[in-house]
Amino acid sequence: MNDPAPSQDAFESALAARTAPLHTGSKSTRVLGVLALVLLVSLLAFALVITPPEVSQRDSFRLLYLHVPSAIVSLYVAFAITLVGSIIYLRKQSVFWDLLAGAAAEVGVLFLGITLVTGMLWGKPTWGVYWQWDPRLTSTAVSFVLYAGYLAVRKLDMDPVVRSRRAAVLGIVSFLNLIIVRYSVQWWRGLHQGQTFDVADTQMDGVMLFTALLGVITMHVVFAWLVIHRFRVAWLEHQADEAGLDVALRERRAEGANV
Amino acid sequence: MGWEYVIPGYLIAAVAIGGYTLQMLRRGRALSARVPEERRRFLAEKADKT
Amino acid sequence: MLRDARLVASKDLRVEATSRVLTTQVLPFALLVLILFGFGISPDQQVISGAGEGTERVAILEKVAPGLFWLAVLFSTLLAIGRSFAIESVDGNLDALRMAGLDPAGVFLGKMSAVLAELLVLELVVGLGCFALYGPPLAHPVLLVTTVLSATLGIAAAGTLYAALAAGLRVRDTLVPLLVLPVLAPVLLAATLATEAALFGPDGDGWPWALLLGAFAVLYTGAGILAFGTLVEES
Repeated sequence: MNDPAPSQDAFESALAARTAPLHTGSKSTRVLGVLALVLLVSLLAFALVITPPEVSQRDSFRLLYLHVPSAIVSLYVAFAITLVGSIIYLRKQSVFWDLLAGAAAEVGVLFLGITLVTGMLWGKPTWGVYWQWDPRLTSTAVSFVLYAGYLAVRKLDMDPVVRSRRAAVLGIVSFLNLIIVRYSVQWWRGLHQGQTFDVADTQMDGVMLFTALLGVITMHVVFAWLVIHRFRVAWLEHQADEAGLDVALRERRAEGANV
Repeated sequence: MGWEYVIPGYLIAAVAIGGYTLQMLRRGRALSARVPEERRRFLAEKADKT
Repeated sequence: MLRDARLVASKDLRVEATSRVLTTQVLPFALLVLILFGFGISPDQQVISGAGEGTERVAILEKVAPGLFWLAVLFSTLLAIGRSFAIESVDGNLDALRMAGLDPAGVFLGKMSAVLAELLVLELVVGLGCFALYGPPLAHPVLLVTTVLSATLGIAAAGTLYAALAAGLRVRDTLVPLLVLPVLAPVLLAATLATEAALFGPDGDGWPWALLLGAFAVLYTGAGILAFGTLVEES
């Protein structure tokens, strides 16, 4: 394997030029990444060690420092980005917004999964069962499947432009549906019983409030870092697809010339 | 009280985010090699960015 | 648009009239589901219903009949919308309709109306089956009819929209249930509660849910009219 392939030349020139590295990092994301790590470590320290246990829920309350921020990030930030990206894509056919919509949805589903798991683990000591038909938990589960469907459409093996267009329609309708699901489930459970758990009821002192805030900030920064990297991977996928298409077209033309 | 639920919760979250990140970075590296360098970054198309 | 809708709807219904796929396959399937529910939830199991003086023992099947009815309808819907787009995928029919200059919004309304008509017939039979097999009372027929009409309109609209999203794909049969069922989850919820009120009373509990079903139907019909063109358009 000593003969240098042309791709290896490109490889070396890329290293020399240092304009586009062979990974998805950059100076700014490295700063963001370090910030995210520092925040994560301090969140762990505050959530697991420094804060006192909550008066009635004791230590299981610590799960909420993770549960609530990931719910906020996925439901209010990630899927809103998907909605906006989908709308702009349908108007301007901008690849950037299409890929951003997909990246945000994927990280959003990951965070929603964490929300569900931590919610259930918190429910066991609090309610005595893993699953209570609590309005928020129930609608979160439906939303999870809703956006899993969106991701499934994005992964379909089909014409990329048609796929992006269909995904954009789905990204818009899914958000509409997210709202319908949330309110109808809330209304449904509201008739049967009151809110199972009210955040305003819990006793939170200064340190606990700070930790809650720290959790929200941390998860936003982690989310931003993940989405930027996921976007860059998606961009590379897009470029690799197009490069593949170019090669196929060139071959097709060469074939045509021979006939 | 409740640590038997707190620890698994944080562990699962760490594994999920960590695993997702690793897989994503690895995929980014693999794909980078397949894409010509001037097309690797979205921003590179508009302005030269280090 | 409405003329195109009528054309497409009558075409789909004529296809059904000659092929009879829904009547000979989906309808028996729906009835089978009703019987299977009976096996899954033993007919002998009872719950105590009511509070205080007026408590009585009621079979669980009778109590949950509204939910079972709508579940059977939802499963049949998956088959009906699959069929609705299967007849188009042959020979690129959807393209042909577009080439023929038909308004995409009209095509959507047409396909939706055909699914709506088919589902209403199915619901009539399944509904009668529910009364026969599970034996619930019927307290408020007007509320029941309103609920069935508005829920089915929403189901047909959302079903047609999402089936169009997966149109022409090899994985359509597995993708459509994943996409449609979470969307129809609120419909199942609202329709079940409204039907419960219609069967057992009081009807005051049911009307807000029937209203919600109506809103859902309007919303998804609107979304379908707006989005259908974008969905079926090829690159």
